[in-house]
Amino acid sequence: MSSRMLPEEFADLERFAEQWSLATERQRYTARLASSMPELQELYDAAVPRMADALAYLDQFELDDLPEDARNLMRLFFSVVNASFPVEAWKQPRVPDSGAAYLDLVDEPVI
Amino acid sequence: MAHFPKPVEGSWTEHFPELGTAPVNYEDSISPDYYELEKAAIFKQTWLNVGRIEQLPRVGSYFTKELDCVDTSIIIVRDRSTVRAFHNMCRHRGNKLVWQDYPGEEVKGTCRQFTCKYHGWRYGLDGELNFVQQESEFFDLDKADYPLVSVHCETWEGFIFVNFAAEPAETLLDFLGEVATGLSGYPFGEMTQTIGYRAIVGANWKLFNDAFSEFYHAPVLHQNQAVASESVKLQQFGFEALHYDLFGDSGHGVVSTWGGMSPPKDLEMVKPIERILRSGLFGPWEQPPGVDLSELPPGLNPARHRAWGADTFQVFPNYVILVWERGWYLTYHYWPLAYDKHLFEGRLYFAPPRNATDRMRQELAAVTFKEYALQDGNTLEATQRSLKSRAVTEFPLCDQEILPRNLHKTVADRIRAHQAENETVVSVAT
Ligand code: FES
Ligand SMILES: [Fe+2]
Repeated sequence: MSSRMLPEEFADLERFAEQWSLATERQRYTARLASSMPELQELYDAAVPRMADALAYLDQFELDDLPEDARNLMRLFFSVVNASFPVEAWKQPRVPDSGAAYLDLVDEPVI
Repeated sequence: MAHFPKPVEGSWTEHFPELGTAPVNYEDSISPDYYELEKAAIFKQTWLNVGRIEQLPRVGSYFTKELDCVDTSIIIVRDRSTVRAFHNMCRHRGNKLVWQDYPGEEVKGTCRQFTCKYHGWRYGLDGELNFVQQESEFFDLDKADYPLVSVHCETWEGFIFVNFAAEPAETLLDFLGEVATGLSGYPFGEMTQTIGYRAIVGANWKLFNDAFSEFYHAPVLHQNQAVASESVKLQQFGFEALHYDLFGDSGHGVVSTWGGMSPPKDLEMVKPIERILRSGLFGPWEQPPGVDLSELPPGLNPARHRAWGADTFQVFPNYVILVWERGWYLTYHYWPLAYDKHLFEGRLYFAPPRNATDRMRQELAAVTFKEYALQDGNTLEATQRSLKSRAVTEFPLCDQEILPRNLHKTVADRIRAHQAENETVVSVAT
């Protein structure tokens, strides 16, 4: 499969990659708010048990020199971290009572 | 009831008798006139933090700050070994010197000189006017008479401060006082991995300061961020700080709080993602290996408590340095934009991650910070709205709200002193 985004070892998570391997926190947070709870739960249930494997895989590389598929994997798990809050704490995509409040990430590491 | 000892007076607040214990009037947060007084008496007189030295990595690195609270825009630039600050304004006909696309937005970059977009006058990194387009068209123009207007600028431990007074009343070091003696030597400069946030909040600047300088709210407002059993315990226990201190009449102060969650005594106390990543609100559970934290500066963990978790240093008027026991820190700025609006800036500083695991742990700390701040931020707009009704004007603050009490009092004191000074000047003049 030439269009795969993630390393082969993580083929089981490939179906999430297009939606969740996102470069910036703003994109990840927006994707989270645009998702339903079942979608977030599905991502969480599939990816959280693979967190340790993913980090072990990624730790083989220099952080500032990740191959593209590894970088996608890293970004997918950034999204998993973000999605863990609706799933573990809020039971809804948005922080409760956060209404119109926002906090823009204006300065973040490249990876 | 108290789990941690309080001063002999019976409370932290009474330990500082000039504070009083009376309800606090919040008219200072809903009055446009009061905001004008704050600008004149405080923001235009005192040292204000505008960032860190790492934001200026090279000679010629610069960034601009839009400071409504002093009605100006400034350029902060590194010129060889010095950091300089200038009003961001061309001497020819007053065009804003450094900006891109939108004149109201802050910019950063690196350059050899500043060139005005309007008629091309050029200024060196030292602010000197170096080039005038068609210089011979001017009348007796001596370039030496037209440098950029400089702003007092000093740094301490890599923190950059500016002061808009004609002559600052004190040096930066004297201004910082016990904050400086307490924190000097901490390896701030090694924590170069930063994540920065900003938000425009529809509330007076002091309200966010209040929210982040008391943790009385934490077990309630943030209850769902803990696992259910833990949240019940936290609410029964309530919040008590390990230690508070106020530094004279500077307006600066510190609240020292317990940790215990990094790592937690019992893994069941924390959410699954925290267990898996070994990180959370208090930061990655392991201290960064490359950073020497064996000897902390004297101001940290003032109670010398083994459960110490974090110290929040409030730097008057609008800056906070929050140092975590796990070896990272946070800064907050509350920049007033109007009496009922401010710009909040929060920044996290970590040691550079060695690998993906370190980075993912930092990401969890950052995401957690944002979830908390969103809860805090929205409360503020709700508070501002109800304060405006003036249905109630005075509010009882508890002992755990000593830093908010001190902030409002110091603001009022400074305005009173400034007015008294000006009255003297006026009466001398007439
Ligand atoms: S206003 Fe700057 S060169 Fe004319
Ligand atoms: Fe809070």
